Amino acid sequence: MLLQQQARRVFGLSVYTKFPPALPAILALLIGAGVVALYIFAAFVRHEANPSDKILPTLPQLAGGIMRAVTPDRNGDIPLLIDTFASLKRLFLGVIIGSVIGIGVGLHMGLFPFVEALLLRSVQFVSKVPPLALLPIVFIAAGLGEFAKVLLIVIGLFPAILISVYFQTKSIQREQYVKELTFGGSTYEVVSLALAQVMPYAFNAIRINLLTAWLFLIASESIAAEAGLGYRIFLVRRYLAMDTIIPYVLWIAFLSFAFDMLLGWWIKHRYPWYRG
Amino acid sequence: MSEHVIDLQGITHGYGPKVVLSSLSLRVRKGEFLSLVGPSGCGKSTLFRLITGEEKPQKGIVMVGGKPKDGPGPDVGIVYQAYTLFPHLTVLGNVIHALMVRDTSIPERVFSRFSSGFRGRVASVSKRAHEYLGMVKLADSGKKYPDELSGGMRQRVAIAQALVMEPQILLMDEPFGALDTFTREELQLDLRRVWEQTGMTILFVTHDLEEAIFVGTRIAVLSQHFHTDDPSHNGGSRIVMDIPIDFPPPRNSRLKESPELNRVLERVRRNPALHGTRDMEILRAAKFVLEHPDSVRPVLAADPQAGN
Repeated sequence: MLLQQQARRVFGLSVYTKFPPALPAILALLIGAGVVALYIFAAFVRHEANPSDKILPTLPQLAGGIMRAVTPDRNGDIPLLIDTFASLKRLFLGVIIGSVIGIGVGLHMGLFPFVEALLLRSVQFVSKVPPLALLPIVFIAAGLGEFAKVLLIVIGLFPAILISVYFQTKSIQREQYVKELTFGGSTYEVVSLALAQVMPYAFNAIRINLLTAWLFLIASESIAAEAGLGYRIFLVRRYLAMDTIIPYVLWIAFLSFAFDMLLGWWIKHRYPWYRG
Repeated sequence: MSEHVIDLQGITHGYGPKVVLSSLSLRVRKGEFLSLVGPSGCGKSTLFRLITGEEKPQKGIVMVGGKPKDGPGPDVGIVYQAYTLFPHLTVLGNVIHALMVRDTSIPERVFSRFSSGFRGRVASVSKRAHEYLGMVKLADSGKKYPDELSGGMRQRVAIAQALVMEPQILLMDEPFGALDTFTREELQLDLRRVWEQTGMTILFVTHDLEEAIFVGTRIAVLSQHFHTDDPSHNGGSRIVMDIPIDFPPPRNSRLKESPELNRVLERVRRNPALHGTRDMEILRAAKFVLEHPDSVRPVLAADPQAGN
């Protein structure tokens, strides 16, 4: 009896305690503030020992790095913005093309047994190959330009979306197609019906896999680029310029977080019936 | 011949080595309300799929509306037991969807959805849809999504969705099977009322005998449990009983307690073909009832012992 009572309480809170909705956000902010405080302390300690330490820049040094990134240079361009646009252009192109391929093929595989029979094994194989292992091949075969970088993102992204859309399309009941045909619908209509039902799942798959798209973007930029967020990070790594690297990484994290939120909002707004 | 809206002759169908339907014949006249019952495994769903056109029979022809059936088409309306609504559309959206598919094309819906002509069409279609939602008593639920509805409400929407196309023939596969008793009774009455108003032909598949007799004007029993001397028989099902149902109006729930209905119920129930091989001694099946002018050819030898 006593053990049960103990098991139901963790840190004095029972399993049934309900929290006010703001509490998780406040706790997250507290944890974040704690991490920042820890960093400041660690940087302070390192600089006490070695004033020219470059690994943990102090807050003023970080501020300097940020200023350098957002101040227009000789040509009037803002470095951060240039890098951001270069990276986002590749990311968006890769995500859009990869999604279109993934959704298009996955939809048809889920709808038509012939397409499924044709492609399923190949898709399963491709999805098991780690795309980063393909990185050298892509660069050798497609060169070092924009095309190769977008291609890597496409290759890395489309299997996951394809499989997600494929399974979701397959799970639509056949009776719905029969009904659609009794409304006078053509095969085209049936495909359109399946697409409409599957879209939020596709968007969700994109949302989940956005992180891997970022991964391939940064990996390819680290190898061969002239501008871009990943490029900049790997460029200044040689000089241990953490005062540039840390702000850039935080900026990438912010962008990733923002896109995730945006996609989440879009799904809720456009597909209110998804997950009820 | 042309007055039969559904005409099945010599249908044999199965899956792999298993024969499900064997030399089955069935004819339905315009305006009839045919209830189709049978024990589990008799092939009701298979027969249903053949009539909707989803599958083609291995032998025999399925004629619907005087034409051989070649795939599902707008000549019939369908109501299934479950999976009946499109989850991505509202209730109103579900009902107008049929009309939109019929009256507009996909490029129109994608590219000119904001044009005033298109909007006008959507408005007039929505008005029609609203009428049918009113017919199934759901006029106020237009903006809800299917997952916000109860099972009974979903089936009502499915019925409205099928009716809005004004089909000649309505095919229903155990539409009230998943509902509770009260909702089922309500919907049985509503369906009967709609049939009386529209005069359409209805094929109503159910496993519930009382429901079958209550709603229909004719009841047919499909079964694989019968003896026959026909050498071509191979385990498939046929229509083993086919009788008209004719109660004086009104049709209300009191009819379910009435002796007339229970007499018909007993008559159908006592047909051993409904019970499978449990009662071996009455398996030598009853004589075939030929009262309905369109019932199928006899497959059983007349047995003077078995009651009527």
